[in-house]
Amino acid sequence: MSDLITAEAVSVVRDGEAVLRNVSLNIGSRDFLTVIGPNGGGKSMLLKCLMGFYEPDQGQVRRSADLKIGYVPQRLVPDPSIPITVLRFLKLRKKASAAALEAVTFETEIEASLSRPLSVLSGGELQRVLLARALLDAPNLLVLDEPAQNLDVVGQVAFYELLERVYADRKISVLMVSHDLHLVMSTTHQIICLSKEIRCSGTPASVAIDPAFTDVFGQDMAQLMSCYITHDHSMHPQHKGATHG
Amino acid sequence: MVDDFIIRAVLAGVGIALIAGPLGCFVVWRRMAYFGDSLAHSALLGIVLGLVTGLSSNLGIILVSGTFALLLLWLQQSRILATDTLLGILAHAALSIGMVTLSFVETQRFDLQSYLFGNILTVQNTDLYWIFGGGLIVLVLLIWNWSSLTLMTVHEDLARAEGVRIFWVNLVLVLLMTIVVAVSIRIVGILLITALLAIPAATARHWVRSPEAMAVLAVMLGMGAVFGGIYASAYLDTPTGPSIVTTAALLFALTVPAAVLVQKIRKR
Repeated sequence: MSDLITAEAVSVVRDGEAVLRNVSLNIGSRDFLTVIGPNGGGKSMLLKCLMGFYEPDQGQVRRSADLKIGYVPQRLVPDPSIPITVLRFLKLRKKASAAALEAVTFETEIEASLSRPLSVLSGGELQRVLLARALLDAPNLLVLDEPAQNLDVVGQVAFYELLERVYADRKISVLMVSHDLHLVMSTTHQIICLSKEIRCSGTPASVAIDPAFTDVFGQDMAQLMSCYITHDHSMHPQHKGATHG
Repeated sequence: MVDDFIIRAVLAGVGIALIAGPLGCFVVWRRMAYFGDSLAHSALLGIVLGLVTGLSSNLGIILVSGTFALLLLWLQQSRILATDTLLGILAHAALSIGMVTLSFVETQRFDLQSYLFGNILTVQNTDLYWIFGGGLIVLVLLIWNWSSLTLMTVHEDLARAEGVRIFWVNLVLVLLMTIVVAVSIRIVGILLITALLAIPAATARHWVRSPEAMAVLAVMLGMGAVFGGIYASAYLDTPTGPSIVTTAALLFALTVPAAVLVQKIRKR
């Protein structure tokens, strides 16, 4: 099956400084790709280039003809000066059927919020509403930009569980930027560590022991992260590093 | 028997309230009050241009304020200065250039006061054509772009990801504002146009639960303000624009506390 998005040697320059350098990646069917990296590492810019908000200064991005993106933005701060209910917000510019709407609101557990104003929702509810909106058009690729950034730990865990369910049930691809390393590293999905260029990539297990990962996130973080890795039952990261090395 | 000029003024007021209501919602939501004010300030230069060339002042305003709006949009994109600062520079520069130019061409029949604060006696039949012709364009374009504009107002990146062409929709919005400024000047005047946009929409906000209801209620409140203001202006001989805005402000002052009270009681 052909890839949904292919990026070839993408570079982006802003105000004379490289934001992205020579980034190549592809997102295929059923892929779950998480981009991690420090602030200012170009994560959001990469997403925006892949989605086509910006054209790269060098290299190219190819999107397949049947690509259908559902986008969950970093954060929605509802403005109380705009009177709008959740239901109306979901329907804005969408032609989804009543049945599709009902299915999506059930899937994301927001039925109880439909008639409430957007501006009174909690952070967790808002993120589920944004996910619902992204799912309405039955996308084949979900793009999420730090979707759980403003949630507390319980909220983060709940949101990622929901996302895993959606990914499994709908058999779609996911591209996500995340700061929540402790949650990301406990999955088995592909990871890209981005700091202007791709420093390392692979499964959490392989990334955690990559010298480049230590380089980007520091020794302490690297050791801490290796504790989270799913199939690692040892609490001694050095030992584990040694067996893999 | 009602005088012809009052009928013309009421018709003009109805037309303006119809477009100022929905557009005023975007002024409130997108915090464009200062932008609208700047646009209106630049209109004086347009009036002078119309006077010098012998074209209609409406056309002059659309040309000058339209150029002003495009210039502003471009400067905003290039992020040289904060929008607030840009507006502070451009608005007052435009007003001053208008006044200086006016001093060169001033004729006896030019009544600056009536342009600054509106005057129902000045409404001609041609003004009515402008208001209803321009108003029709504004309403059609606004309804056409309503969902895109609303989504863009709630979250710009979300709208962009879903295929809204942000730049063009923004352009449509500022050009619509230009038309409203151009056709409203006869009635409310340069200095008070923003009030006619913002006050009815802000008053409506507390009573509604959907963007569309806010626009409709803003139209009704705007009409109430226009009727009250024209009535006062015709029979008490008060200045038109200030009378309309005073009525709008009274409606705001009387209804908003009531709305807040109702909401508090409901929550209990």
